[in-house]
Amino acid sequence: MATYTLTVNGKKQEVNVDAQTPVLWVLRDHLNLVGTKFGCGMAQCGACTIHLDGTATRSCSLPVSAVGEMEITTIEGLSDHGDHPVQKAWLEHDVPQCGYCQAGQIMSAAALLKENPNPTDEQIEAAMNGNICRCGTYVRIKAAVKTAAQLINE
Amino acid sequence: MATIKTSIGRREFLKSSALAGGGLMLSFSWLAGCLPKEKDALTMPKEWFELNGYLKIGDNGVVTIMSPNPEIGQNVKTSMPMIVAEELDVDWKNVIVEQAPLNTTVFTRQLAGGSQSIRQGWKSLRMAGATARTMLREAAAKTWHVPVGEITTEASVLHHKPSGKSATYGEMVSAAAKIEVPKEVELKNNSDFKIIGTSRNNVDGKKIVTGQPLFGLDYRKEGMLIAMIAHPPAFGMKLKSVDDSQARSMPGIKDIFTIQTFPDDYAQQWCDVTSFPSLVVVVGNTTWEVMNARKALKLEWENFGDYNIASTTFWGTKESIKVPGGLENSTQHSQVMAQLSAKPGTVVRQDGNPQAAFKKAAKVIERTYTAPFLAHNTMEPMNFFAHVTDEKAELVGPIQTPEYMEKSVAARLGLPLEKIDIQMKRQGGGFGRRLYGHFLVEAALISQKVKAPIKLVYTREDDMTFGIYRPAYHALYRAALDADNNLIGFHVKAGGIPESPLFANRFPAGAVENYLAEEWSAPSNISIGAFRAPSSNFIAGAEQAFLDEVAEASGKDPIQFRLDLLDRAANNPVGEKNQYEAKRLAGVLELVREKSNWAQGQPDMHRGVSAYFCHDSYVANVVDIVMEENKPRVEKVYCAVDCGIVVNPIAATNLVEGGTVDGIGHALYSGLTFTNGAPDQTNFNKYRLIRQREAPRAIDVSFVPSTVDPTGLGEPPFPPVIGALSNALYKATGKRYYQQPFLREEINML
Repeated sequence: MATYTLTVNGKKQEVNVDAQTPVLWVLRDHLNLVGTKFGCGMAQCGACTIHLDGTATRSCSLPVSAVGEMEITTIEGLSDHGDHPVQKAWLEHDVPQCGYCQAGQIMSAAALLKENPNPTDEQIEAAMNGNICRCGTYVRIKAAVKTAAQLINE
Repeated sequence: MATIKTSIGRREFLKSSALAGGGLMLSFSWLAGCLPKEKDALTMPKEWFELNGYLKIGDNGVVTIMSPNPEIGQNVKTSMPMIVAEELDVDWKNVIVEQAPLNTTVFTRQLAGGSQSIRQGWKSLRMAGATARTMLREAAAKTWHVPVGEITTEASVLHHKPSGKSATYGEMVSAAAKIEVPKEVELKNNSDFKIIGTSRNNVDGKKIVTGQPLFGLDYRKEGMLIAMIAHPPAFGMKLKSVDDSQARSMPGIKDIFTIQTFPDDYAQQWCDVTSFPSLVVVVGNTTWEVMNARKALKLEWENFGDYNIASTTFWGTKESIKVPGGLENSTQHSQVMAQLSAKPGTVVRQDGNPQAAFKKAAKVIERTYTAPFLAHNTMEPMNFFAHVTDEKAELVGPIQTPEYMEKSVAARLGLPLEKIDIQMKRQGGGFGRRLYGHFLVEAALISQKVKAPIKLVYTREDDMTFGIYRPAYHALYRAALDADNNLIGFHVKAGGIPESPLFANRFPAGAVENYLAEEWSAPSNISIGAFRAPSSNFIAGAEQAFLDEVAEASGKDPIQFRLDLLDRAANNPVGEKNQYEAKRLAGVLELVREKSNWAQGQPDMHRGVSAYFCHDSYVANVVDIVMEENKPRVEKVYCAVDCGIVVNPIAATNLVEGGTVDGIGHALYSGLTFTNGAPDQTNFNKYRLIRQREAPRAIDVSFVPSTVDPTGLGEPPFPPVIGALSNALYKATGKRYYQQPFLREEINML
C-alpha cells in the first residue's frame, strides 16, 4: 500500500492503495466516481475510457502508480453542466439504449475531436473501434460524433 | 372511443409531502425532450396527490409517472410512461419518470422478456392514465356544478367550454384525490393521440451522458463489502477442496467460505438455472483486493456424473431434467448434431404428403445450417447488492425477472415473500441473460453469512464462463421443385444442444401443400437460456438463406418468390395452426421492396432480402454489401417493420437499428466453443463482438402505418437480418454461408 496524489477532474485527491490497483477501481471504489464503467478488465471494450492528460486511456489496465503527475478526466469532469459538445450531440441523437458503454464512447469521441475537430468517417471508425456497444448503437454514435464536430467548429 | 373496465382497486387516499420541502429544484435532466438548460428546471410541488399506483400529481401540476418494468435498454422507462401520459392528457414536459417499486398487486407483469412489456402493458398503462383523467374531470364537474360529460381536457388543463371555466390539473388534483375510483373509463381514439406516435428522448439521457450512478454496479451503501465468487473452470465439474490459507491473509479480505446456491432438494423455478450451485466466495473491502485474493485461492475440482434437477417450467409444469456428466467438446457437439440430423426426428407438423412430393420432384435442394453457443455478454457484468438481516432482505440491482426472483430468494432464505425487497436499477443490457437470477440468491446468501451489506460482482470472465448460453443449433432444409420450378414440398429438420430451435407453424408452413417439420435435441450439462429472440435468432437466418437458394433455383426474384408463397398462405392456407398473419408478413416485404428501390439495384451493390415474424412483430430487411479492397462491407440495411402502433418513433428506430447491428455482428463474428467442458473464449480478446468499423454505414428504418395495438421491438429486428446478410454475401462473394459465425469460413470482412 502506498499513498498517491491524483489530479482528478481538476481536483487533487489522495488515495492509499496497492501500487498495481487499476485507476478504474481507484475511481469507482475509492473516489466514488462510478461514471467510468467496468466492462472487461483488459482494455478490450472501452467502457472504462478516461482522459489522461487529454488522451483517451483504458483505466482498467492503467495501474495507479503509472499516473504520476498526469491529469485524469472522467465523464463526471468532462464538462461542468453536461454541456460538452459531445454530450449535447449524444442527447440530440438520443444515442443510448442501455447506456452502459456510453460514458466510454463519449470520452473516446471527445478525445478524438480535441485532436482532430474534422474527422473523416474512417477516422471516426478508427478512433471509436475500441469501444464496444452490445446494443449496437454504432450508427447513431457516428452521427453524433459528426454533430459534435459541427458544434465545436461553430 | 373505447370503454375499458378498470382494475385499480380502491386505494387509501394518499398524499405525501414534497420530496425535500417545496423549493427543491429538479434538474431538467430528468425530463425528455430538449437539451438541458438551467432555466427549464421544474419546481417541485408542495404536495403530491397519488391518484393510483402509476402516477401522482403535484399541486403545481408536475406529474410523476411510474415506469413499472425493468429497463434493459429497450427504452420502456420512456415509452411506458408516455402511454400513461397520453391517456392522462398531460404536457410531457411536466412529467417526471421514476422506476416503480416491485409491486405485483398494482402493476402488470414486471418482467423484461419476450418483447412483451409494451404489448402486455398497453391496456393497464392506458387505464391508469384514463382513470386519473376521469377523476380530475369528475372533480371539476363537481366543483363547477356542471355535467362531467361537458368537461374536456387538454395538456394538463380542464375546460368547461359552455361556462368558459378552466383549471389546471394541479389546481384540481386535491379534489380529484377524493373522487371514488371509477368502475370503467373511456380511452382516447387513436386519432386523438398527442404523445403516442411522437418522438420523446430517453428520460435518463442526461444522466447517462454525464455518468450519473444509474446502474446496479454503481450502487453502494454505507458499510458495504465487495464479494466475488469462484466457480468451476468447466461444465461437468464441481468443487472438491478449498485451500484459502494464503488468500485469507491478504489485505482487505474479510471472509472466505463456500455457499450452496440451490441445495439438492430445492425445487427450482425456470429462472433458477445454474450449472454451478456450489461456489467459493471471497468477501473484502474493495474490488481489486477481492480479485487478488481470489487469484490466490488454491481450488481443486472434480468431475461429476449424471444427475437430475427438479424444476418448474415458465408455464408452470413440473419437470425433472436429466443432466449428463462428463466434459463436453465442441467437435463432439458437431458430430452428435450431424448424426442426429441424419436420423428421423420427432414429427411436429405434417401437411399433405411430403414423402411423395420429394419422390416425384424434378429437383431437390438440401442444405444444412449451423450456429454455435453464444454468451449474452451484457456490457454490465452480472452483479447484485444484498443486505440480509433476520427481519428482511434488501436487494438492489439489474434483474429482468424481479417478481420471480423474489420468490426464489424468499424460498432459499426461508423468509416470507413480504420480507424480500427487490429494487430495480437501470440495466447495462439484458438480452435474456438477466432472466436467470442465480446471482441474487448468491448475493443474498453471502450477505446473510457475513451479516453485512455486500455487492456481488462478476468479472467479464466470470460472466462469460458461467453458462446460460444461447444453445448450439443445427437445421437441415429440403425443398422439392417440380419440372416447372414450383415448390411442391418443404422439409425442415432442426435440433440443438440441448434444445430444438424449430417453429413448425411459422412461414413457410401454411404456404406449401406438402410440408414436414421434425425436431430433435441432445442433452448437455452446459446450461442454456433465452437469448434475444430465442430460437428465432438462428432459425430465421437459416430459413431465409435457404428460401433464397430455392428462389434462385426456381429462377424467381427472391421477394416475389416469398410474396407468391404468402399469397397462398393468406388466401388458401394449408393447415390450421399457422402462427403468423401472412398479409402482415407480405406487408413488410412490400414496404422493404419499395424503400430499398429493389427493382433498381445498383451495379456495385450486392443485395440480399429476408423477412421474419417473431414475438408478435414483423420485420423485413434488405442488406446492401459493397466490395472494397476485395472485402465485403455492409453499406446499408433497410428495415421494414410492422409492430402495430409505434409508441415512440425515435426509440423504436434506435431499437431496430441496434437489433440489426446485433444480428449482423453475432452472425459474422461471435461464438463460444468448448474444450473439455471449458469455454475457449473467456473475454473480448477472443470472443468477438461487432465493432464500429464493422457496423453498417447506414440503416434505414420504416414502419408500416398501423392502428393495431402495439407489439414489441426488443427481439424482432435481430433474427431476419442474418438471412439478408448471408444472401447479400452470396451476391458479393459468390459463396453461400452455412455455418455461423460466417467469419469462421474465412470471409475477410473489411
